[in-house]
Amino acid sequence: MLEIRNITKVFHRGDINEKLALQNLSLHLAPGEVVTVIGSNGAGKTTLLNALAGVFQIDEGQILIEGREISRQPEHVRASYIGRVFQDPNLGTAASMTIEENLAMALHRGQPLRLRRGTGRSQRELFRERLRPLGLGLENRLTSRVGLLSGGQRQALTVLMATIACPKLLLLDEHTAALDPKTAGVVLDLTTRIIAGGQLTTFMVTHNMEQALTVGTRTIMMHEGQIILDISGPERERLKIPDLLKMFEQASGKSLNTDRLLLAR
Amino acid sequence: MSLNIWTGALEQGLLWGPMILGVYLTFRILNFPDLTVDGSFTLGAAVATRLILSGYDPWSASLAAVLAGAMAGLMTGLLHTQLKIDPLLSGILSMIALYSINLRVMGTANLSLLRVDTILTAIGDLTIHNFAALVLGGAVCLIAVTGLYFFLQTEVGLGVRATGDNPQMIRSLGVNTNITKIIGLALSNALVAVSGSLVGQYQSFADIGMGIGMIVVGLASVIIGEVLVRTPTLIRALLAALIGSVIYRAVIAIVLQLGMPATDLKLLTAAIVTAALAFPVFRGRFRKLPAYRERSG
Ligand SMILES: Nc1ncnc2c1ncn2[C@@H]1O[C@H](COP(=O)(O)OP(=O)(O)O)[C@@H](O)[C@H]1O
Ligand SMILES: [Mg+2]
Repeated sequence: MLEIRNITKVFHRGDINEKLALQNLSLHLAPGEVVTVIGSNGAGKTTLLNALAGVFQIDEGQILIEGREISRQPEHVRASYIGRVFQDPNLGTAASMTIEENLAMALHRGQPLRLRRGTGRSQRELFRERLRPLGLGLENRLTSRVGLLSGGQRQALTVLMATIACPKLLLLDEHTAALDPKTAGVVLDLTTRIIAGGQLTTFMVTHNMEQALTVGTRTIMMHEGQIILDISGPERERLKIPDLLKMFEQASGKSLNTDRLLLAR
Repeated sequence: MSLNIWTGALEQGLLWGPMILGVYLTFRILNFPDLTVDGSFTLGAAVATRLILSGYDPWSASLAAVLAGAMAGLMTGLLHTQLKIDPLLSGILSMIALYSINLRVMGTANLSLLRVDTILTAIGDLTIHNFAALVLGGAVCLIAVTGLYFFLQTEVGLGVRATGDNPQMIRSLGVNTNITKIIGLALSNALVAVSGSLVGQYQSFADIGMGIGMIVVGLASVIIGEVLVRTPTLIRALLAALIGSVIYRAVIAIVLQLGMPATDLKLLTAAIVTAALAFPVFRGRFRKLPAYRERSG
């Protein structure tokens, strides 16, 4: 499904701030595979997702989706088959527009804009149907402005927007980190349900070690722009959080910076 | 106050209405402080006047003026999106370039339309001459508001609104925000040129300086509308801009009546905008005091 071949990204090349953010990184994801990504601050997790989404061009290497090379495609072209959710709930939605308008834009993701009414009665049923399972009552507020929603409600809406057009790849970047623990739980729960329902191939960057081990079927750990651990299968099932920390220390020679990481729930 | 002042304010508010909608579109919806306005307003008047004087029929001349306005917006959009020039500076560059372009279009610093047939005389022939400006302004504003209202709910319109609200998000949904910005700017300056061409025909002249300060007039009207009308929905926001336009003209008429020299109008307009922009700061200061006492007490 997704094939990352030896990609490298250097920021500020040739300047004193030169930063090797991704080093010769390779990874292969099977269709429907859900991978959690952990690593200390500055490890390159967000940079990896940005490279996949086409926020910038990579310096070396290839990215293939379903066998097609995409690393030269601009961001807005890749957006037609890549869904993203960021940490900040404000980034994923347009506050001055209604729930319905936000969802309509997401539904048309990647398609050329037409001079046709953007929201319609036929879509409204679909939106209600998809909003109802979130259990937030948003299905009755289609014409409310998104700015009136709470952070958790906005993030739940963003997850729905990122997935409503069935992307080939879903990129989640610490998307529950800015929420209080209870809301984070609700948003994570609906995320896993949507992923399972659509069998979406997913990268989920998380700062929560427990989420890293319980969500999906595979966990990778990044350090200095490289993947230093890649665990799946029975080995991962047996793994506990302290084991994970120990593995990180062994692989990187450093202790995982844990001040920002949630070791438990 | 005489009835005349009010009909005059209503007439002018409506004729300048499309311009206010244009300013609302860039400043509020697209979040792009576009200063092209001063140039594209004059451009609208210059193109319409010049073509009418060259013997074109006033309707085609006005239509050409609108297209010229759209081109001016396109120019600003290209400066910003292709050459990566800051929005304010892109607008200023267009505005200055348009000064020369407008002089070329007019061939002189002012052109008179006295005793020449315009769309106002045409409307007057169909209705009553005294009400021609009102009828025309009302009809044009009705068309502009309805058109804008529906446009802003099309897929393209949603794209333009989202570009102003959250460009990163709409890009991540696959929309090229360079294009939506250009569309918004072209549409906005087309609306501004509508007003320019109408005002030129209403006043029976086009003048190279007639656009000076139009951006501030636009902002003053938009802000007055927002202060007076709650704007929880798109249609109310658009109507508020028009109401602001009429009230602004009424305020101007009243202060002139009270004896303020016309040359001080721009100073007054700037003061209105400053007061409106400063309002939240002062309100914040007044509110902070009791809240602080409550907490400490
Ligand atoms: N656009 C950029 N320009 C320059 N440096 C960047 C940019 N994006 C990320 N970096 C640097 O690359 C490194 C990896 O950052 P990032 O991928 O955001 O880490 P994280 O794993 O915390 O998400 C950091 O040192 C960061 O400062
Ligand atoms: Mg990050």
